[in-house]
Amino acid sequence: MSTVVQPVDDLAPPESSRVHYLNAKYGVRSWLLTTDHKRIALLYLVSITLMFFVGGAFAVLMRLHLIEPQGTLVEPDTYNKLFTLHGIIMIFFFLVPSIPATLGNFLVPMMVGARDLAFPKLNLLSWYIYVAGAILALYSAIAGGVDTGWTFYTPYSSTFSHTNVTAVAVGVFVMGFSSILTGLNFIVTIHKMRAPGLTWFRLPLFLWAIYATSIIMILGTPVIAITLFLLGLERLLHIGIFDPAIGGDPILFQHLFWFYSHPAVYIMILPAMGVMSELITCFSRKRIFGYGFVAFSSMAIAVISFLVWGHHMFVTGQSIYAALIFSVLSFLVAIPSAIKVFNWMATIYQGSISYQAPMLYALGFIGLFTMGGLTGLFLASLATDVHLNGTYFIVAHFHYIMVGGTVMAYLGGIHFWWPKITGRMYPDGWARFGALVIFVGFNLTFFPQFMLGYLGMPRRYAVYPVEFQVLNVMSSAGASILGIGYLIPLIYLAWSMRYGPPAGPNPWKAKGLEWQTPSPPPTENFPEIPVVTEDAYEYAKPGGHRE
Amino acid sequence: MPNREGTVSEMAAHSAHPPGFAHQFEDMGQQREAGSLGMWLFLVTEIMFFGGMFASYIIYRALHLPAFETGSRLLNVRLGAANTGVLIASSLTMALAIHAAQVGKRKGTIIFYLLLTMILGAAFLGLKFTFEWHQDWIEGLVPGLNWAYSGPHAPGVELFFCFYFFMTGLHALHMIVGIGILTVLIAMAGRGRFNDQYYAPLEITGLYWHFVDIVWIFLFPLLYLIGGRYAMGGH
Amino acid sequence: MSEHIVPVRIYIAVFLALLILTGLTTWVAFIDLGSMNTVAALAIAVTKMLLVILFFMHVKYSPGLTRLVVLAGFFWLAILVALTLADELTRGWTQKPETWSVLLLTVRGLP
Repeated sequence: MSTVVQPVDDLAPPESSRVHYLNAKYGVRSWLLTTDHKRIALLYLVSITLMFFVGGAFAVLMRLHLIEPQGTLVEPDTYNKLFTLHGIIMIFFFLVPSIPATLGNFLVPMMVGARDLAFPKLNLLSWYIYVAGAILALYSAIAGGVDTGWTFYTPYSSTFSHTNVTAVAVGVFVMGFSSILTGLNFIVTIHKMRAPGLTWFRLPLFLWAIYATSIIMILGTPVIAITLFLLGLERLLHIGIFDPAIGGDPILFQHLFWFYSHPAVYIMILPAMGVMSELITCFSRKRIFGYGFVAFSSMAIAVISFLVWGHHMFVTGQSIYAALIFSVLSFLVAIPSAIKVFNWMATIYQGSISYQAPMLYALGFIGLFTMGGLTGLFLASLATDVHLNGTYFIVAHFHYIMVGGTVMAYLGGIHFWWPKITGRMYPDGWARFGALVIFVGFNLTFFPQFMLGYLGMPRRYAVYPVEFQVLNVMSSAGASILGIGYLIPLIYLAWSMRYGPPAGPNPWKAKGLEWQTPSPPPTENFPEIPVVTEDAYEYAKPGGHRE
Repeated sequence: MPNREGTVSEMAAHSAHPPGFAHQFEDMGQQREAGSLGMWLFLVTEIMFFGGMFASYIIYRALHLPAFETGSRLLNVRLGAANTGVLIASSLTMALAIHAAQVGKRKGTIIFYLLLTMILGAAFLGLKFTFEWHQDWIEGLVPGLNWAYSGPHAPGVELFFCFYFFMTGLHALHMIVGIGILTVLIAMAGRGRFNDQYYAPLEITGLYWHFVDIVWIFLFPLLYLIGGRYAMGGH
Repeated sequence: MSEHIVPVRIYIAVFLALLILTGLTTWVAFIDLGSMNTVAALAIAVTKMLLVILFFMHVKYSPGLTRLVVLAGFFWLAILVALTLADELTRGWTQKPETWSVLLLTVRGLP
């Protein structure tokens, strides 16, 4: 695929005798002042994993509390803080940066055949900004928490809440800039730094997904920034533009908030879909079915995602006519996602399928994302949304997509590219076991929540009627299994960094420029910039010879 | 960045590259295009950032027109118009600074125009803070701090003034940042960093500066002018 | 970024045009044109913005990608304004409750 002269065999020389990005320089300064996109990706990996477990800890406390209908583990006020901080940390400090800042940072320059991103120093700055935002969020948690819900609805957040709203709002505001810089870097890199011969339609679909994600980051994030800025001003001055006393409209806050926060969920899922295209093709040993459709569906999602935000406001006082428009558009946005699922299925069909851990995660994604996505249609439909809004149905819906979808794809991608990133292989038996535990734990946690929601249990409540207890206990049991499931990869992946067998340049025999480099890659990625002469995923023609 | 010397071809290429070249790029042309695209993407984020407040202003104006017109008439049109002229002039001087670099003028010329831009920017801020805002403070028109307006449509007028201070305040903040960047550019120009081959920081800062000017080009009519001034005959 | 060097006289011309337009828009504000006052003010502001974008910011001489990026920015802002206004301006359009109870009576009357 390229003119890079590297031995593409699995008997690579021991990495101790070769200089690569991990051992090129030693010392804390070489990491904290690095501009190498690969090292920055690892910096993000560490911080994001930390925040994931902090957010997860809040979830564990919630689920433990909900074992009893009149739970006594925490006070109701504390429960409010738990779900608020769980949401804020998981969304802003885990899901939004997850795949872009770790896998994206590592892979984008390698997949376009460049030595680094367009702006390496901005890349490092984006990590420091992330850390600053995370520290602010953690500070606000330690200083007493926030109880407004991650949605910060006014007037409670602006006028009545006595918790650390401003601190966490500043933290999220700051984190937004990290997002913007990351997206900016990716867009410029993909536009301007593709290797010779790498046309747009030869790009791996992961890059199309990252590109679409970056567009959303650029266009949407500033709006939540200004919204939180205005919220902060209103808390500070005790007067502001959302205050009904001077003619302000609390619903305007919701418009501004959701203008970003709905596209934000696509920031969270699009990169996962990009990972999916890479995993499905490699582990089916087949070209992607309908490359153009998958590429354009990413762009369609990026655009349409900005037109549907009002579906979060069907029952909060929005005009019925606006609600109608948003409902129709919300049905529309499901179509490109469905197209992707169909194309992945068609890719798997008659492929030469192998079931290593990345593929298990990918297959899990297809089922769980589809369920989560379909339940979104119940919510897009006005009449059913009136019944389901504010209940556990919504909680289950978005967890199926975010956890069953994004986190599964994230783990699949981490496993897939782990040998490239670390030069080591993890134990596949444990990896498959971990994937299965996660899958079982996830479904046990969240499927009962669909039923709870349909039966009418409201979300964000610290207590519930006793007839809901069985389902709640099931969900909490699932949560414990899921929690253990997440610890399993943490353990064996960490173990593999020291004791795992060295991986060659291409243990999966995958297609893609990143697999043409040694594992781990040298700091400059390619000694000579490669020249690309074939399309992506040249595994086998559909219906033709198979490898 | 590699800590080894690099291939022979890389070393040869290095000596051929002008100062200011960043090695993740293939050549200066790619670097320039990347820098320009990067700044334009950042300006798009600024469009959406200010845009959130512009959108809110448009919506509330539609809902509370008489109050917003009343509030608008309390602003000083002459000062606003003068400030608009000052900012436009600063955009001209910024463009002339870049032009000076492009045609290879000596660094003194570049510094002269950058300094002028800074002074005009500071003049804008001076007029705004010491005359307009100070006057509003004296008249008790600052919401949340000393609001004392008791005329017609008081709640809506207070909402208007929230927008006035938030929007011009955010704009002023961007001006201050711009002036800070200009200081750095003057220092760089003083060290002879810019010539007709390399002036990207000037051009990129120019884009930012012009954008801040455009924000004011919209703020001025939206806040000061569409308030039914004809009914009053001037402030 | 363009290599094209814009001559100083163009910059001066644009500057003068911007000053004139500023004076014009200020003057028009004191004349009663009804709802056209807003239209005039915005039209002049858009013209000034275009002059700055095309000439001071060199977009007239920039590649198509730059123009696309600029257009996208304004288009997205338009989406925010339009769909939010669609809600804020139509809240009062909903039917009064009496109509709903008439519908309910009709439904209950069906076999």
